[in-house]
Amino acid sequence: MDDKKTLGQALQTRVKRRSVLKAGAAGVAGSMLVPGAVRVAMAEDKAPLGAWPAGSQGDSVFVGLTVDLTGPYSAQGAEQKNAYELAAEMINAGDPRIQKISPLLKKGVMGKTIKVGAADSETKPNTAVQAATRFIHDNKALMVAGSTSSAVAIALQKVCNREHTPYFTAISGSTETTGVDCQRYGFRPGYYAYMSCKAIAPVAAKEFGKNRKAAYLTPDYTYGHTTTKSMIEFSEKEGWKTVTNQVHPLGAKDYSSYLINIANTDADVLVVVAYGADAANAIKQAKQFGLLDKMKVLLPYMSGYLEKEIGADLMQGALAVNGFWWTMQDTNPLAKDFVEAYDKKFGAKPRDAALYAYLGLILWADAVERAKSFYPPDVVKALEAGVVRDTPVGKMTFRAEDHQGDASFPIMRGKKPADMKNPDDFFDVIEVVNGKSVLPPVGLPGCKLGGYV
Amino acid sequence: MPSMSLVFSQLFNGLSVGLLLALISTGLTIIYGTLGVINFAHGALFVVGAYAGYTTYALTGSFVLAVAGGSAVALAVGLVMERGLMRQYYSRPPEDQILVTFGIGIVLVEIVRGLYGGVSLSVAPPSWGTGIARIGSLIYPLYRLETLGIAAVTLLLLYFVLYRTSLGLIVRAGIEDSQMVNALGINVKRTFLVVFGIGAMAAGFAGVVNAPIVALTPDMGFRYLVDSFVVVVIGGVGSFPGAVVGGIIAGEILSLTAMINPQYSDVMLFAAMALVLIFRPQGLMGQEGRE
Repeated sequence: MDDKKTLGQALQTRVKRRSVLKAGAAGVAGSMLVPGAVRVAMAEDKAPLGAWPAGSQGDSVFVGLTVDLTGPYSAQGAEQKNAYELAAEMINAGDPRIQKISPLLKKGVMGKTIKVGAADSETKPNTAVQAATRFIHDNKALMVAGSTSSAVAIALQKVCNREHTPYFTAISGSTETTGVDCQRYGFRPGYYAYMSCKAIAPVAAKEFGKNRKAAYLTPDYTYGHTTTKSMIEFSEKEGWKTVTNQVHPLGAKDYSSYLINIANTDADVLVVVAYGADAANAIKQAKQFGLLDKMKVLLPYMSGYLEKEIGADLMQGALAVNGFWWTMQDTNPLAKDFVEAYDKKFGAKPRDAALYAYLGLILWADAVERAKSFYPPDVVKALEAGVVRDTPVGKMTFRAEDHQGDASFPIMRGKKPADMKNPDDFFDVIEVVNGKSVLPPVGLPGCKLGGYV
Repeated sequence: MPSMSLVFSQLFNGLSVGLLLALISTGLTIIYGTLGVINFAHGALFVVGAYAGYTTYALTGSFVLAVAGGSAVALAVGLVMERGLMRQYYSRPPEDQILVTFGIGIVLVEIVRGLYGGVSLSVAPPSWGTGIARIGSLIYPLYRLETLGIAAVTLLLLYFVLYRTSLGLIVRAGIEDSQMVNALGINVKRTFLVVFGIGAMAAGFAGVVNAPIVALTPDMGFRYLVDSFVVVVIGGVGSFPGAVVGGIIAGEILSLTAMINPQYSDVMLFAAMALVLIFRPQGLMGQEGRE
């Protein structure tokens, strides 16, 4: 086809190419004389976004942590802060355990030290958003991370998206975070209600039986409603009946009215959707009302530390889904690395909030290394590239369409107090669910990601 | 249509919840009535009492000592608060009083969180409180039944102090007209100290008594603070019988609404408060025109 070109056109093309080559050579020669010119030229190609490029021009980069240090989820918030700090420390030191997850992280990220700073979200969206904004504008944060409440996570995603700063949730159970409220700059490494309900329904049918009658205790906010909806959907597929759904205010202390209602039905499975202290209260009071004598307990999305809060006596026989349990270290060497490092530094076993915090920071740093840049759209694209990493919870990556992570997670059964081998040995891990197998079909939760700039 | 046995259970439960609320609210209402101070630290005093009770129980293994310990610590904190800080604020505008008690509330809660952490704690019910009571077809936790009794007895005791002792007479007179009481040569400052102490102790006592029922967290007081304000508004500021009646009404509203539509139990409580404010702003048993 090229032989159809006339001589004139060919000459022209060669002339064009020659002048381009000349210009290029001149440019390269010129830029070698003036080292700064190249960098300036590149920066002029891309407009500043978020705290970039200002936040990446020194020898350290700042990561802002919006964690709940006060409020009903303060135990999860404290654990997240610990884990982010641990991950930063290990990345900065070039710890070989980090390289097992991301082989690209040699020392710091792109040679720069990660500095983390924490602010108290107070479990309130307003406070969290203000903290994130200060991090980005004042501290030039190139990444924001941390959450327990989905309401807070969704608010943080929105503001970080507006500010073109990658945001990673730690804990967020609601479908909407990577569903209708998904954002281009928001990422969720952890599992959530749809995934855990889909996974646990068949296991619960096997353990508890097929024709069970379920009573639900649902906290009245986004996470509560989406979780109950998912659990009802999947349990009814297994032949379970939904007898009653008691919706209670978030933070309710007294469940007596709801439990009396439930006691007056013929339900034999108590599905506790509540999170944190609400779950502890509900289960304790269920025991006081004698409900646990005739009902089994199902926790489709269990909060970390619940086993400590209610004790083995109440947890025994309960089926729970969580993001991580420390005995996974027996079968996963990367889990062992994480549990040992956390236990050594903080004197306690980590729960799933800590795991997702640890993972989130490492995966962001890994993405920056792969993008070879802190430029936010490049980092986001690197995260969307589908590169699979080995982690304490199996191989995982983020789905490009909705930024949902597909890490594995355990289904657990509460041990009898007599069977506990040590004070932390609350659970038998019945099954480690492959996260990918329980993701909803792309588009089902209704995610439409926006633009990069 | 809920069954008779369910209705009866919820009515009974409402009474139990209500009397505990009444106990907490009594402290709030006598402080506001006598001192004119809206004590936003009241929920925090509830928490302080509960956690002090937890520690005492852990140290002694005796529930009775735990109740005494929790109340004593709450009393002490209340006295220090009054002497150290509140005293300077009586003559200042109400906004300042609200801010200082709110601030103290935050400080107290964060001290508790600093000492005990955010993971919730458990207090086991006493040996005479474990198990389930059966009253006809009604199944009810034995300990809750006992708290009903404890709250009732304590309220009677408070009634006795307020209406049958000279201290009580001064307090009630102070609620009516503290200037007059001062003019009659009675040491109002000391009365205020005692009243604040009693109010704080009532909150702390309620905190320990309630502890075996709930999971203890540093933030749990906020919910009770809000509910006790609603009770005080419904019952009438400064009125002891009003706190009791208001508490029972609040407890019943919460329980009975939960029976029909659990999502609306909070809404109904606040709707009731709104109705009282519209039609009888001084509260059911409060007095019109009181400062």
